[in-house]
Amino acid sequence: MVSTKKDRVLAVLSLSGGNDGLNTIVPYTNGMYRDARPTIAIPENQVIPLNDQLGLHPTMAPLKKFWDEGKLAIFLGVGYPTPSYSHFRSMDIWHTCEPEKIGTEGWLGRVIKDLDPKSDNVLTGVNFGRGLPRALAKDGVPVASVGNLETYGLLTGIDGEEQRGEALEVFGRMYSPTVGRNMVMDYIHRTGSDALKGADILSTAPGLYSSNVEYSSSVVGGYMKNIAQTHLAGFGSRVLYTTSPYNSFDSHANQASAHAALWTDVSRNVDSFVEDLREHNANENVLLFMFSEFGRRITDNGSGTDHGAASVAFAVGDHVKGGIYGVYPSLEPGKQEEGGNLKFSMDFRSVYTTILEDWMGLDAKPIVNGNFEKVKFLQTA
Amino acid sequence: MDNQDIALMAHLLRRAGFGASRDEIEAKAAQGYQATVEELLNPEGQPGVEEDLLMRYQPAYNEPAAIETNVQQWVYYMINNPRQLQEKMALFWHMIFCAGHSKIDSGQEMGVMIRMFREHGMGNFKELLKRLSTSPGMVYYLDNSESHKTAVNENYGRELLELFSMGVGKDDAFNYSEDDVKACARAFTGWNIAPAFPPFPYGRSPWEFRFDPTDHDDSEKSFLGNVGHWNGDDVLDMLASQPATARFVARHLYNFFVADEVPVPSWRLVPPKDTKAIADMEKAYFDSHYDIRAMLKVLFNSSFFKSEAVRYAKVKSPAEMVAGLMRMVGEHREIKPGIFEISQEPKYMGMDLMNPPTVEGWHTGHEWIDSGTLVERINFAAQHLGNTQLPGVKSMVDRLMASRSAPLSPEQFVDGCLDLVGPLDVAAETHRELVNHAQRGGEAKHRTAAEKTDFTRRAGEMFQMIAATAEFQFA
Repeated sequence: MVSTKKDRVLAVLSLSGGNDGLNTIVPYTNGMYRDARPTIAIPENQVIPLNDQLGLHPTMAPLKKFWDEGKLAIFLGVGYPTPSYSHFRSMDIWHTCEPEKIGTEGWLGRVIKDLDPKSDNVLTGVNFGRGLPRALAKDGVPVASVGNLETYGLLTGIDGEEQRGEALEVFGRMYSPTVGRNMVMDYIHRTGSDALKGADILSTAPGLYSSNVEYSSSVVGGYMKNIAQTHLAGFGSRVLYTTSPYNSFDSHANQASAHAALWTDVSRNVDSFVEDLREHNANENVLLFMFSEFGRRITDNGSGTDHGAASVAFAVGDHVKGGIYGVYPSLEPGKQEEGGNLKFSMDFRSVYTTILEDWMGLDAKPIVNGNFEKVKFLQTA
Repeated sequence: MDNQDIALMAHLLRRAGFGASRDEIEAKAAQGYQATVEELLNPEGQPGVEEDLLMRYQPAYNEPAAIETNVQQWVYYMINNPRQLQEKMALFWHMIFCAGHSKIDSGQEMGVMIRMFREHGMGNFKELLKRLSTSPGMVYYLDNSESHKTAVNENYGRELLELFSMGVGKDDAFNYSEDDVKACARAFTGWNIAPAFPPFPYGRSPWEFRFDPTDHDDSEKSFLGNVGHWNGDDVLDMLASQPATARFVARHLYNFFVADEVPVPSWRLVPPKDTKAIADMEKAYFDSHYDIRAMLKVLFNSSFFKSEAVRYAKVKSPAEMVAGLMRMVGEHREIKPGIFEISQEPKYMGMDLMNPPTVEGWHTGHEWIDSGTLVERINFAAQHLGNTQLPGVKSMVDRLMASRSAPLSPEQFVDGCLDLVGPLDVAAETHRELVNHAQRGGEAKHRTAAEKTDFTRRAGEMFQMIAATAEFQFA
């Protein structure tokens, strides 16, 4: 079986809180970097060099492996014009591709609609975490939102397998589609039976799964494992999404230790995820994308860094042409974004456009609301 | 007590508040419908939240800065404020006068705005519009702070007309023109915020409204056919006196308190569900010189509100689902840990309080429900309603046992449970399934200790099944 012929899948890990790009992809030979960060600059001898200017945070060794294999793309200076320094607003902009006005529809909601216009598969899009990120929101698009895959389902509070099984049977019959009630009741019945169908299928994923790979016991580890389990179960899911703990990357204080712990965990679990898929020969049709709503201030505040503008993003996958894409935003005072921040040099919608057209095979323009130059980081063959 | 009285009181308390335990419903029913309406309408005469006690245990609630703390405090008030209609009106105005944390980025200002709605939400509508137009959060949210004499930003001027007072149109006609929007925006130039103090080292200070006469366009304007050197105050005078405004407020009250209406953008073309009800509230608006309380008094005492046809005719909002359940089951009715987690639940169900998706607010009615939010709603409701340790649920089980000394037939058992969580009427198909389910356990006996234990377990399970019904999604 040639796995590249399988439908392509996009997995997204959102690094919530504003990841410090400067300490993630470190411009380690730049004197201005060291001057700006007397407290939290990464010492040159600890950086994992990628070339003679840039290096990875010392905790990112597992990702260096993918770099060496040519499977890791690093995007520099990613952002959008007139940056918002609000977590919520900036994340909304990434979710909706609407920097000027307030949008309600998510880009991935539109993707799911395009992939599965009639909602034939209630699991085309699955989110791991409580509450649906706006990226996945679109009217009429069912997206399962899974707080915990091991226990996911309806009526999870009922004790005893038999009792719960019986209760779910009753539920299924109560929500069986009916005709002739009012429109709202019909709608709720349809939604209820969709939800039950989705939960029934999803709840089988952990039982179908076995692996020699271990993930960490963190939230990111748990959800990356859930994404792998769902993908490996073969439910036909095309968009799998999760978020690091809310605002975890918001490193205003004690950044050195906090940021190191975060990237230790993320790197390790990305490694586990890719190795898990490889072990099952299911990696070729998966692209993993990681981003954060913004980066952080160029100068440190004595302990951490405050909200900034442009940052870095990553893509990992078999079809990725490994390398560095874009140019590092200048640290020179005259070339900064207002307020001492990095000025964006690559619009995030360029990365989205590439993923949509060259990976998912969709028309990107109506999804990202405009024409954006592609970043050629995918093998198009 | 007459079952009809209980059903009506339960309806009133679900709509004019966030519901109540069965004990409370019966106590209020004994007190009488009219007296309860008066109590709700006149919160000043009722005890409020014991703030001194609250601050002692939750010092973070004193002028809270973080958005999460503000949301948490509000949810605590929804569950515990004895002045329930005040809390419901704060939610009502928050869902119309939308401003959100995603832009304002100050939990404190969101908290200040909600307090303003709580304290003045039942007062004079013109005064409320004045408070809104001078609310620093709103001035910033709708860019009036960016609107200047020489460079007018029309955002607030437009939304004030379209979403906060007159609405686009009524009876097929348009209520105002683009020129009115421009004139309105010019009248509000100079309505701004004082420069903020830097947040360091003492933290954020509250924002302050400031009128800057040098930035105000005082030239002649024509607004709704009237020509003069209008300022924002003049515009608010004119807006409050418009029949369109009375219609708009009345339709919102109907949609929120009586039955789900079509979405607001359709209101120009789609007439109200109940034209007489709207006309009665419009009359109260003008007779009382724009008093919201007078409109509410008409509403709650009307036959259109009391009608059985409108009971459970609204899909519960997530805030109503969460606060309503806590009140029904008697959980978090005192200060204790865990309220933070509860306060996050509406967000999981699609209602991020203090952060509506846009200035147009949340899409309500059946749009609250999708496959993700329905799972959250059902699991949350089932988890609490099925917990027979919680005082409200325990009391329901005791009442069910006390209802008959003889064993309950499966049908009696189901009907008893439905009565205690509502009274809730369910479709025949739903009822059949619940009875089928109850039949597996046979008659529900409650004589011996072992029977009582089993009875309690079965009741908890039945409450969970009821929480999972489509009917339970309605208020």
